[in-house]
Amino acid sequence: MLEVQGVTCVFGGLTALDDVSFTVRAGEITGVIGPNGAGKTTLFNIITGIYARTAGRIVLEGRDISGLPPERLTRLGLVRTFQNIELFGQMTVLENVMVGLHTRSRSGFFACACKLPQHLAEERRIRAQATELLEFVGIPDLADTVASNLPFGKGRLLEIARALAVKPRIMLMDEPAAGLNSRETWQLGELIRKIRDTGVTVVLVEHDMELVMDICDAIVVLNLGRKLAEGTPRQIQENSEVIAAYLGEG
Amino acid sequence: MRRELIKFALFAAVVLTVPAVVKGGYLLNVLVFVGINTMLAVALNLLLGFAGQISLGQAAFYGLGAYLSGILTATHGWNPWLALFAAAAAVGLLAFAIGFPILKLKGHYLAMATLGFGIIVYIVFNEYVDVTGGPSGFPGIPGLQIGDLRFDSDLKSYYLIWTTALLIMLLAVNLTRSRIGRALRAIHDSEVAARVLGVNARLLKVQVFACSAVISCIAGSLYAHTVTFISPSTFGFHFSVELLTMVIIGGLGSIYGSCLGAALLTLLPEFLRTFQDYDIVVYGLLLIVMTMFMPGGLVQGAATVWRLALRLLPAKGRGDA
Repeated sequence: MLEVQGVTCVFGGLTALDDVSFTVRAGEITGVIGPNGAGKTTLFNIITGIYARTAGRIVLEGRDISGLPPERLTRLGLVRTFQNIELFGQMTVLENVMVGLHTRSRSGFFACACKLPQHLAEERRIRAQATELLEFVGIPDLADTVASNLPFGKGRLLEIARALAVKPRIMLMDEPAAGLNSRETWQLGELIRKIRDTGVTVVLVEHDMELVMDICDAIVVLNLGRKLAEGTPRQIQENSEVIAAYLGEG
Repeated sequence: MRRELIKFALFAAVVLTVPAVVKGGYLLNVLVFVGINTMLAVALNLLLGFAGQISLGQAAFYGLGAYLSGILTATHGWNPWLALFAAAAAVGLLAFAIGFPILKLKGHYLAMATLGFGIIVYIVFNEYVDVTGGPSGFPGIPGLQIGDLRFDSDLKSYYLIWTTALLIMLLAVNLTRSRIGRALRAIHDSEVAARVLGVNARLLKVQVFACSAVISCIAGSLYAHTVTFISPSTFGFHFSVELLTMVIIGGLGSIYGSCLGAALLTLLPEFLRTFQDYDIVVYGLLLIVMTMFMPGGLVQGAATVWRLALRLLPAKGRGDA
């Protein structure tokens, strides 16, 4: 589904990523873990076209997507969420999701300004689809709340609903459990499973080991910009190098 | 959606009955300019209030509309309506062409770039004397007419300008409540998140910039045909700043607010005449007070005052009982 091939990223004198390669299989939840500064978020920013890479290739379903801007990637079926949720704070929860449906609607300036019939029909469809997505993530009652007033946990759910709105085939989540309490984290795990079961491949960067070990089908471990290990949760838990990296040199 | 329509209908009814109350004279003439400034403020608000992109060169698009219409009709004898549409098309293309490089910039840099554009156009109006008449102005622009109806009085101009202004406001309101409007506000709040959701931020910013330029250009053409004489000083940097003030005072992201801002900034100097030489001081003070206490603009500020009054009144009622 998604192949990361020899990705290297150098900021000035600092090598943030050094020849990292791994493959994400379709229909699975893949976790990318590692201590702070391992290069996880940098890797995400490179895959999603926000940072430029120094070397290497990103291949999505056989197609080289290295260096494509985020809006192009979305149209190819790849979407992401952010560690510090990036909501449209001035807009309502429903409107946030409706922006996610932007690529699945096509009325132009003229049709919108003149309220042409096809635009009005499209608007009704977008509204209905956005409402369904809010139901899917479990916050339909918050539809008319202004996004900046949401508690953090609900904001996270909104961001996921909004990302699902683009109908992605693969979804990258940057620390989705950050800032959530244990109950919210458990609910999030259930939601991520539900998303995978609808056929969306999920890649997540996460610090919450319990969540990662619980929901991931495969795990990639990064340390100091290099890939340390790759395997099933059980294999990773038993890997001595990984244990050393997390607990310090033993 | 229906409420929005009723609001607009009420507003339009008020605007169209004003001449029955004002009955000609100087005030009606000033109200014609309020209409022109409303178009300009709405145009800037689409760009600044919704997409969050600043422009200090709006007066240039306004001036280009006025001069293109003036030159095409007075010098080359074109039909004024044809000239108006030709000018709008030309300015739209120009805005598209300069929009792509310019809108890559953000914040202060974008302000500087648009300011530069405004100054270049202003210099052209002044220096290209053979065509524009230079600093002494460009006289003899014909008035507009539809069939036998000539827009030669303040009353007729009032209806021409305000019908156009109302139409532009209605289209702008529709636009802002559509997928385009949502995408623009999304870019304003978080450009990176909007792009991740597939919004082509770069193209959309250029499109709304061009849209804003075309509206300003049409306002310029109508201005030229209404006053029949234009000179560069109308389209200088200070006017771009005045437009910015109208939009901010009226409220960013509020189309009706832009109309209110335009009305206030056009009418206020007329009323402040009583302060004679001190009018500019009073004007400045008013602006400072308004931006300090109503940072969301007049419309939002009025709504806050109204809510506050509603909360205080029942409390007083209870106190009396």
